[in-house]
Amino acid sequence: MATTAQEPKYNETVVKLFTLAAIFWGVVGFLVGTFIAFQLAFPELNLNEYFNFGRLRPVHTSAVIFAFGGCALLGTSFYVVQRTCRARLFGDPWLPMFVFIGYQIFILLAASGYVLGITQSREYAEPEWYTDLWLTLVWVAYLVVFMGTLIKRKEPHIYVANWFYLAFIVTIAMLHIVNNLSVPVSFFGTKSYSLFAGVQDALTQWWYGHNAVGFFLTAGFLGMMYYFVPKQIGKPVYSYRLSIIHFWALIFLYIWAGPHHLHYTALPDWAQTLGMVFSVMLWMPSWGGMINGIMTLSGAWDKLRTDPVLRFLIISLSFYGMSTFEGPLMSIKSVNALSHYTDWTIGHVHSGALGWVAFISFGAIYYLVPKLWKRERLYSLHLVNMHLWISTLGIVMYISAMWVSGIMQGLMWRAYNDYGFLTYSFAETVEQMHPYYVIRALAGVVFTSGALIMVYNVWRTLKGDLRKEAPIGAATAAKPVTA
Amino acid sequence: MAKETKKTAPKANKVETTGHVWDGIEEYNNPLPRWWVWVFLACIVFAIGYCVYYPSWPTANGFLRGTAGWSQYKQLADRQAEADAAKAPFEAKIAQMTPAQIAADPELRPYAVASGKAAFAINCSQCHGAGSAGAKGYPNLLDDEWLYGGTLDDIYTTITHGIRSKDDDETRDMGPMPAFGRDEMLTKEEIFNVIAYVRSLSNKALPGSSAIDEGKTIFADNCASCHNDGGIGNRELGAPPLNNAIWLYGGDGKTLAETLHGGRGGVMPAFSKRLDAGTIKKLAVYVHSLGGGEE
Repeated sequence: MATTAQEPKYNETVVKLFTLAAIFWGVVGFLVGTFIAFQLAFPELNLNEYFNFGRLRPVHTSAVIFAFGGCALLGTSFYVVQRTCRARLFGDPWLPMFVFIGYQIFILLAASGYVLGITQSREYAEPEWYTDLWLTLVWVAYLVVFMGTLIKRKEPHIYVANWFYLAFIVTIAMLHIVNNLSVPVSFFGTKSYSLFAGVQDALTQWWYGHNAVGFFLTAGFLGMMYYFVPKQIGKPVYSYRLSIIHFWALIFLYIWAGPHHLHYTALPDWAQTLGMVFSVMLWMPSWGGMINGIMTLSGAWDKLRTDPVLRFLIISLSFYGMSTFEGPLMSIKSVNALSHYTDWTIGHVHSGALGWVAFISFGAIYYLVPKLWKRERLYSLHLVNMHLWISTLGIVMYISAMWVSGIMQGLMWRAYNDYGFLTYSFAETVEQMHPYYVIRALAGVVFTSGALIMVYNVWRTLKGDLRKEAPIGAATAAKPVTA
Repeated sequence: MAKETKKTAPKANKVETTGHVWDGIEEYNNPLPRWWVWVFLACIVFAIGYCVYYPSWPTANGFLRGTAGWSQYKQLADRQAEADAAKAPFEAKIAQMTPAQIAADPELRPYAVASGKAAFAINCSQCHGAGSAGAKGYPNLLDDEWLYGGTLDDIYTTITHGIRSKDDDETRDMGPMPAFGRDEMLTKEEIFNVIAYVRSLSNKALPGSSAIDEGKTIFADNCASCHNDGGIGNRELGAPPLNNAIWLYGGDGKTLAETLHGGRGGVMPAFSKRLDAGTIKKLAVYVHSLGGGEE
């Protein structure tokens, strides 16, 4: 291809650093998640105030979303934007390096605050004002690097992956700033009070919270998908037209969907309705990304037999499709009346977080590592395959346990006897959930074991080792040829 | 373009790409999948219909109410009214009757038990357990051991006024069990001996000893005024029997030493402050039905 002829020197150092950071924070997040899952099953594990569930839970969510997912997004966006613009990063080398170091400092500030009990108590926006200000600075630097690179691009058009990355960066900046508007109690104190109160506060928080899912965990990772899936398959993206339509539909509709987190609360009925119908309309725009990803494979399905990295990407799209169907379903008021406040929500989030976000990131990491470190290939594709199936098993265990537990919980809460009285006490519902909590914790162990296989595989690849092994699917692939 | 798309045969990619290349990536110019467009449109139509039917859009002076006349508060009120209407005939009778009459009425009894069970889950299970089996310091309600009596009227009175409740003048309060050790009414040795005696009351298998003999004398002087001779207990005072191996706090030496050293004085709230008389009657019928109710 002509593009590779005069390929400019790209900044790959910052991508390497973000890739390693993503792997590190991923393992940390999975381990903390597994530990707090055991805490829920066995409350004796709430050791002291620093390591109780209440403080470790945001450590887990922030570690997987912002540390693992964030490093994967920032790293891949720097990689993708350079190559699809044929331009070195803007502000290179110091500004991208500031983004990397600044983002790691943000992660450490946030996590240390949680363990010490410093929190705004806003879900997924727990860091206090000083951490928020720091992140704002880092994020603006990130936007400058990304936009600057787009502006100095040598390609006439902007590739779809970059639309999604840009939507992610810009919207997260807006969400982060508005939701964290607060007044610190003192200059040297950590405590602040939100600018909003009452139901406005709740609505702002869930406008933020749901769009953290929409723009961080969906739009950002769709950007990742739009580069790594066609690259790994080696075929053109299925439909340019679909990518435009579903991009704008997704961006326009997602931002209104937050109120579905506040069904049957003090939020006015009309706002609840809008939150719900925008969520329902979001179904197809979300699926546009899945269709474009999976249909890119059309005509090359046999690659799934031989390429476990591609399997990661395609399974991630399947989980993406499943959770973006489940989401609109759960936003419907009568379904939400059953599912809200139950483990069903936790299962839903994890089918997205583990199945979609983590798997697409694993796929991207497996794609990137040999390229970044100039290795012939990964140390072992068989280990990639092992990681794939072990972690898939973990996800299936996790989400089925939470489906059963959550729906049971919801049904028990609303169970009435013949005279119209509640059948169960709250403690009875908790008792019934115990076995599923144990299964969920074990699922965490299984999923994390898969990730540790990846750590080993990446480490051996960095060392420059190549495992002697037969190609994946060689036996089955050979048959049609000889026949 | 539309003609090309009527068969999107995967084998031959007859669809053209857009002509752009980014780092080797191209894009086909495939049309939107038809089913995708139709489902998207269907969702939009559903959304519009839903917005017409239900409260949906803010206006200058309020919001569109929707043709259904629905609101979440109305839904709650309607369902509450429906449930209350179904219960009303039962409740009207219960208001006029004593717990004993309710329990004897074949029509009202199952209703009172069902309602009492639900009220128990909300108000009582926190201390007495979801299964009413009690916990340390909180009596088991499944057996026939009652500190203050197990008839329907006794239970009704206990729930209404509580035990040692600060905010009810008629509460059952004969004073706590004294702190014999802390208040230096008995020496350590005397406590040790009286424990030996008390444990021998419910465990005839324990071999005789001088401690038991001395403990018997100490018991007669200090404990029998409430717990009665031989430790058979006294419901008038809420003093539990000590001869039946049923323990509120525990019958092992260590727990008994704690009890004698620091005394005991468990508290139960007076529920007349929180629940209406009908609910308390139903609770009494329910608790009475658990297995140990007395006539």
